[in-house]
Amino acid sequence: MEYFLQQLINGLTLGAIYGLIAIGYTMVYGIIGMINFAHGEIYMIGAFIAVITFLVLGTVGITWVPLMLLVVLIMAMLFTAVYGWTIERIAYRPLRNSPRLAPLISAIGMSIFLQNYVQLLQGARVKPLPPVVPGGFSLMERADGFVVQISYLQLTIILLTVALMYGFTQIIQRTELGRAQRACEQDKTMAGLLGVNVDRTISLTFVMGAALAAVAGVMVTLYYGVIDFYIGFLAGVKAFTAAVLGGIGSLPGAMLGGLFIGLIEAFWSAYFTIEYKDVATFSILVLVLIFRPSGLLGRPEIEKV
Amino acid sequence: MTAISESAAGRALPWPSMLRESGLAAFVALLLTVPLVGFRTVDRPTGLGISTRFDEVLAAAALVFIGRLGLCLVNEGRALLVMVLSILALAVSAFVGFPTEALKVIAMGGAFVISLRAAMKINGDAAITLAAVYVALFLGPWLQLGGGVTLWLVAKSVIAAAALAVAVWRGLHAWRKHGAPVSLADRDKAMDRIAVKVQQASRFLGPVGIAFALIFPFLPIADRVSIDIGILLLTYIMLGWGLNIVVGLAGLLDLGYVAFYAVGAYSYALLATYFGWGFWICLPLAGVLAALSGVLLGFPVLRLRGDYFAIVTLGFGEIIRVILINWYQFTGGPNGISGIPRPSFFGLAEFNRNPTGGLPSFHEMFGLEFSSLHRIIFLYYLILALALVVNLFTLRVRKLPMGRAWEALREDDIACSSLGINRTNMKLGAFAIAAMFGGFAGSFFATRQGFISPESFTFIESAIILAIVVLGGMGSQVGVVVATFIVIGLPEMFRELEQYRMVAFGMGMVLIMLWRPRGLLAHRDPTIRLQGYGGGGTPAAGTAAAGGEAIAGGRAK
Repeated sequence: MEYFLQQLINGLTLGAIYGLIAIGYTMVYGIIGMINFAHGEIYMIGAFIAVITFLVLGTVGITWVPLMLLVVLIMAMLFTAVYGWTIERIAYRPLRNSPRLAPLISAIGMSIFLQNYVQLLQGARVKPLPPVVPGGFSLMERADGFVVQISYLQLTIILLTVALMYGFTQIIQRTELGRAQRACEQDKTMAGLLGVNVDRTISLTFVMGAALAAVAGVMVTLYYGVIDFYIGFLAGVKAFTAAVLGGIGSLPGAMLGGLFIGLIEAFWSAYFTIEYKDVATFSILVLVLIFRPSGLLGRPEIEKV
Repeated sequence: MTAISESAAGRALPWPSMLRESGLAAFVALLLTVPLVGFRTVDRPTGLGISTRFDEVLAAAALVFIGRLGLCLVNEGRALLVMVLSILALAVSAFVGFPTEALKVIAMGGAFVISLRAAMKINGDAAITLAAVYVALFLGPWLQLGGGVTLWLVAKSVIAAAALAVAVWRGLHAWRKHGAPVSLADRDKAMDRIAVKVQQASRFLGPVGIAFALIFPFLPIADRVSIDIGILLLTYIMLGWGLNIVVGLAGLLDLGYVAFYAVGAYSYALLATYFGWGFWICLPLAGVLAALSGVLLGFPVLRLRGDYFAIVTLGFGEIIRVILINWYQFTGGPNGISGIPRPSFFGLAEFNRNPTGGLPSFHEMFGLEFSSLHRIIFLYYLILALALVVNLFTLRVRKLPMGRAWEALREDDIACSSLGINRTNMKLGAFAIAAMFGGFAGSFFATRQGFISPESFTFIESAIILAIVVLGGMGSQVGVVVATFIVIGLPEMFRELEQYRMVAFGMGMVLIMLWRPRGLLAHRDPTIRLQGYGGGGTPAAGTAAAGGEAIAGGRAK
């Protein structure tokens, strides 16, 4: 029971990170119907900017943890958002009315480019970062001394994700931008005719997705303490899996899918073998797609001739 | 040429808006480069340190500013000025020192693109002339005088000479008559025309190409390196043709093709090392196993629509890799399998100097001098034959009910099922056959390398193969060949730029897609026409309709 609880906490933390990345996939897919393959690299860039900002703050002499976290979050979100915006502008916008595969190939190219660009600039070795937020609560203790612990960091990650999700839902549901996004998702041409600036809306979607991925990047840097230029690929694939699992195009679905994937990974690693956790994730994706092709929360799409 | 600049000279340039736009671009460049270029993490004994490189950031922002300003000027009609300036800039930056090599490449690349854009704005002939001059300068033999006559040198010189001829001819054209500026749509149409011509010529060029490939190892220009490159190219051509069956004909987006390549390679390696079976027994077995794995995967997932299908195949590719890494008792894990037997000469002779397996050695059997080149040439012919089998299969199957059904499925899923075509079985067939060819290529890879490890079967390989198919123009057999030469051949030429290779590769993929979203040699041409309908009635030999729209159809609005 205690062991289970501990894995639940670990899984939720991991799931929160996947969910944040998955939102970027699901939003972009909802609006322009493409798999933004470079989104995993955006998250990787977010993680690198986080490490760099921590180092710079360390050199400047700012060591008060809450301030550090705040500055790192803002910096990572800001700079990563610029990357998201630029990628859309350069690699996707010119291809908006092209055959389906063209933006996908362009995205794969972008992903290869970004990976090697970061490797070239920052080196191929893993970047370790000393723990910034140590310590945690002990929730309960088993007779044999096994302690169920939730670290401050895990708490921060989960709370921050909840807060971001809340703010994000508010943006989508209440603001003009959110309305424009939902309108574009339904029908870009009609939205354009009714005065929605479609280009701007899509750009902002990429900016928002990239900012959330950057938060995930910061979290993973803090959580694992090591990053390298290759982390984006697997995280990206898993986050996309999460988005599909939750029903692509649905924001709560993306979060739910992320949590699901995180929990599966945590429990599989804990109770079975850690090596095959990716296999478990993908197998569950296949099963879900076979029995519920529209995902957990997705609306079934009607095929039109 | 002068007409445009004169008419434009009358207008005053809108400097404020131009400067604002360029400033904005430079600002974005600044934001992009400050965190990752400006600050570098360095490994210090005490942990991670940081060093700053703001000169590069500033240089990059300045380059972007100048480039953007140049493009603005082109749009304002000062094309000739910008063309001259950017050619000058290209020449200057080739000889001036930059803070880093990368900045130099960016400066030269930028000047190159801008000068071509400006030339296009002047007229089509000018653009072609400039492009041809660049090709000639870039490939000309003057870059590597000294050293022996290699295949590359010969090929490059021939291309350079042809480009020079084109440059002179078109240059005279551009000088004499003032053509209209070329819009992007014009350029696209011109490329389409070229694509159609290449496709039509492929009926004659195909046999010529095959004949050249056949005699190639015996030409004096063929050395060990060039035959090795030939083998590499043919392997990817074969993989591209194999994937083309799934993507180009059946219209299924497969992101995990490398899984079947891996299955083939490991099947051969394991069968050969565990049971000691020879290559010629294992090759069909590897194909069967790969096809089986294709059926196993395809059976549950082929009902899925486009993107879901793509992501599941991607996941499958990863699953195979994870299993190969972790099942180390069986597959050798990350260390891979070494000592994979080399192929024998059809089970009759071996290529070693002193064969140990009881077979005679190849050079004694044919009374030749021993040479390690024999095996390489044999491998070359082996992969050539395998690739041609795939090509022949594709060309023939398109005339069979099955191939017709694939192409029909690609065009419209629902119409097909209402006509009584079993969608799942047809797609499964395409998937299994492509997997089988992937398996053949995989076991060839294993026997050629003698060593395999999961490292060789990463997603990037799938991406490269898919890129070959899509860049070539989906469904086009010739397109695959052309794209392989670009995607695999070009990076081989730049081996010395080791670390920049993959960066350029990724950017190149983006640029080619922006340039030709439907692929280099894409054009729609139905495989069959009704008699007396649409004229011609020619079943196009090397072409299939570009299948882009079919996959796009899923969410077409």
